[in-house]
Amino acid sequence: MATTHSRAAARLMLSPAVLLLLGWMIIPLSMTIYFSFLHYNLLIPGTHDFIGFANYSYFLTDPAFFAALFNTLLLVGGVLAITIVGGVLLAILLDQPMWGQGIVRILVIAPFFVMPTVGALVWKNMFMNPVNGLFAHMAKALGLQPFDFLAQAPLASIIGMVAWQWLPFATLILLTALQSLDREQLEASEMDGASPFSTFFYITLPHLARAITVVVLIQTIFLLSVFAEILVTTNGGPGYATTNITYLVYAQSLLQFDVGGGSAGGIVAVILANIVAIFLMRMIGKNLDI
Amino acid sequence: MARASSNRRKTVVTVLAWAIGLLIFFPILWTVLTSFKTEAEAVASPPSFINFHWTLENYAEVQSRSDYFRHFLNSVVISLGSTVLGLIIAIPAAWSMAFVPAKRTKDILMWMLSTKMLPPVGVLIPIYLIFRDIGLLDSLLGLIIVLMLINLPIIIWMLFTYFREIPGEILEAARMDGAGLKAELLYVLTPMAVPGIASTLLLNIILAWNEAFWTLNLTAAKAAPLTAFIASYSSPEGLFYAKLSAASTMAIAPILILGWFSQKQLVRGLTFGAVK
Amino acid sequence: MNYRAWLCGAVSACALGFAAHAETITIATVNNGDMIRMQKLTDDFTKDHPDIQLEWVTLEENVLRQRVTTDIATKGGQYDVMTIGNYEVPIWGKQGWLMALDDLPAGYDRADLLPAIAGGLSVEGKLYAVPFYGESAMLMYRTDLAEKAGIKMSDQPTWTDIKAAAKAMTDKDNEVYGICLRGKAGWGENMAFLTAMSNSYGARWFDMDWKPQFDSPEWKATLTDYLDMMKTYGPPGASSNGFNENLALFQQGKCGMWIDATVAASFVTNAKDSTVADSVGFAQFPNKDGVDNHGNWLWSWNLAIPASTKKADAAKAFVAWATSRHYTELVAASEGWAASPPGTRTSLYENPEYQKAAPFAKMTLDAINSVDTKKPSVQEVPYTGGQFVSIPEFQGIGTAVGQLFSAALAGNMSADQALQAAQALTSREMTKAGYIK
Repeated sequence: MATTHSRAAARLMLSPAVLLLLGWMIIPLSMTIYFSFLHYNLLIPGTHDFIGFANYSYFLTDPAFFAALFNTLLLVGGVLAITIVGGVLLAILLDQPMWGQGIVRILVIAPFFVMPTVGALVWKNMFMNPVNGLFAHMAKALGLQPFDFLAQAPLASIIGMVAWQWLPFATLILLTALQSLDREQLEASEMDGASPFSTFFYITLPHLARAITVVVLIQTIFLLSVFAEILVTTNGGPGYATTNITYLVYAQSLLQFDVGGGSAGGIVAVILANIVAIFLMRMIGKNLDI
Repeated sequence: MARASSNRRKTVVTVLAWAIGLLIFFPILWTVLTSFKTEAEAVASPPSFINFHWTLENYAEVQSRSDYFRHFLNSVVISLGSTVLGLIIAIPAAWSMAFVPAKRTKDILMWMLSTKMLPPVGVLIPIYLIFRDIGLLDSLLGLIIVLMLINLPIIIWMLFTYFREIPGEILEAARMDGAGLKAELLYVLTPMAVPGIASTLLLNIILAWNEAFWTLNLTAAKAAPLTAFIASYSSPEGLFYAKLSAASTMAIAPILILGWFSQKQLVRGLTFGAVK
Repeated sequence: MNYRAWLCGAVSACALGFAAHAETITIATVNNGDMIRMQKLTDDFTKDHPDIQLEWVTLEENVLRQRVTTDIATKGGQYDVMTIGNYEVPIWGKQGWLMALDDLPAGYDRADLLPAIAGGLSVEGKLYAVPFYGESAMLMYRTDLAEKAGIKMSDQPTWTDIKAAAKAMTDKDNEVYGICLRGKAGWGENMAFLTAMSNSYGARWFDMDWKPQFDSPEWKATLTDYLDMMKTYGPPGASSNGFNENLALFQQGKCGMWIDATVAASFVTNAKDSTVADSVGFAQFPNKDGVDNHGNWLWSWNLAIPASTKKADAAKAFVAWATSRHYTELVAASEGWAASPPGTRTSLYENPEYQKAAPFAKMTLDAINSVDTKKPSVQEVPYTGGQFVSIPEFQGIGTAVGQLFSAALAGNMSADQALQAAQALTSREMTKAGYIK
């Protein structure tokens, strides 16, 4: 159908985007690779000696590295689990007939519009603070000892904050998908005497598979680089409890100003992100015929 | 009988949905309420819900300390500018991938998305040095370019999935009528694509508005948007919950209101190909 | 004055004629109360300098530090005036990144600056920044609670006294915690306090071969006692409390004692924000029995001008104004003497009105004057600096060690584990940086 003429035109239309992204990727990345082989600390100007793979070996043998790797996986996995399970349930609920559906939807969607920094500051200070936070007031009213969220369960608290921000996104996409589900099919299955559970597992869930894949893909992209929430709440601590790879690279390059070490960390992070990307794309490729 | 039970069911669903909706919304509501309290009331135990001494002093204080409107205008320019520039580049790209698919289309799309997975901190110093050398530090143009680039993959992906849902037969019909490429794009596709473009526009304004890494690291005074405005209210000296709440409310209100008014348009295109 | 006003008028007339004459200087500053007050008072400056416009970048401390360091090290040139600590000034001064400030206006009276503070901002006799406010550390305690608990606080308490007082004042049912100390990780947060505390225990960061000393008995005693006090008598959530959080707690009457920067004194005695303003007592930073060392905490927030600025004259005029005696009087006129930026000028402490308004004046001055940053510990050390180590690598190392100690406070690891990990981490970083051969 497509003529060579339209193919050429198509290529022409595609090229600005491709070239820009290629430039955006290659120029800084090649500088980063170059820096990663240097002894380059911003605070010690002058000598930038070539030191081979020393920065890499320091980064990879840093005790914080494995903690950060593990935390990154927990953070991404935890938020995905909460938002997808919560999103499916919420989407099913919102799909039922009710009064004031529009307003409920507005309430549910709101956290998605909130700046991550603002969300994290509000959660940290006004809710999770063990002395003045609302949760502490509630605990005291019930005669309980206030729970110190960011010290006792730091990573879980961050996962909670991030999940709060992304739950609306998952819910919206899943709800749209749910609304395209054939009502007759559902009714037929009900007529056949299928329990709501089997209807859910044999009809609804398979129908949502594609939407879930999309949610996983988009959210993973953003969750791999969660940063602001950690910066304003725990600074990666206590210990390394909330340090993810992004934050570790930040600490190297902008707290220690060790550009060499930070660049090595950046390259490691890029490689890890690519492994995740390949894995994800495989999964998407199966579920999403594009 | 059936009617009554369905009504009862509707009541239960309504109560449950409202409860969950209010719970999810509560942190925002609480922030807005706290912004009208005095600092002492903001930390009072037990906290008061509405029967406190309502005051606007926090807003006055925040405005006198930091010029809200300038930060707000910068946010508007940066998020709108980067989104529009992104659309100009993305629409042709997404169109060509959707309607003239080649063998590598899928690979290119996936590669584009994977560039979004690169951690920004890893390339901050190089970008900072480049920006310093070409004079883009603390400039709106610099931020527009960076935010356009980081959101471009999402824009293209979103438009691509939307364009693909436009049936090919319409194009064929247009071609039969002898419409050229330009006419095809302008008169046939664009009107059909408007909802998708609108939705992409909205999502990207939201993403750009809330972007807090590049906007904070590449600006000083002139181009600083609301993300930098809020950074001066995180853990200052003394009691600050009420002032933090006022600044937070001011930072999120514009985008929250925009989001609410346009949520129908936003949701329509926000499927990323999730719906067949 | 008349002559000056006339000149200014002439200059502003020129400025109207040649818009290019109006200069805008960008000032990066931290979101502390004193700096925010400075922003509000700048009309006084622009009135005399109509040709200079001020742009403010106000950020939270850690963000600010990261932004200005990146900028000055890459010569980004985004700022004309930077607010930096006495940790940065000598290091940056040596690198040639800062403009020497030896030709400030005649009325500036450099000799009036407190010698301890000015000494920390000089490299080879040249001043590289001017102090906006300065501080040491001391004990602040609630006199009413001490009385209720039957304690007579000495002016020079030991850590044993502190522990006993913390025990006696703690009343958790009424949300009164005997002692509040910094626990939030950061080289300028918990490590500032813990380094000063370790000094007063006779510990040191490094021996003369730059070998870290976290495996020493002195450090073990420091950390064990700190954790013990904080876990038994401290407030909940202490591992995320920094200076600001503790200030808020103390102002709300939830702390019996608080050992921290002397600048806090004016905030906790200010009846507008503090519910305990009338019942705050002050005493020297504690020491361990038999160790003649009171922490040697010395900090100042200073205004410095990057060497690369193109607006040196305007920037100099501004920093001279903001750190002048005139500015102190300006604050006193609008907010009262107690609110004047402390710890920079001898004249302030000789002023009877200030002495009357600020009951903490003498204690603050004594604390600052007794600091010796050349000799922070009773043991020999290869570095200078009181509650920090004056080497460029310290920010990174201090913050990483701070994370470990913060984790120990949160209960995620024991004191021994934290010290061991700190020792390993610091050895690693010092080897990497080339100090340990």
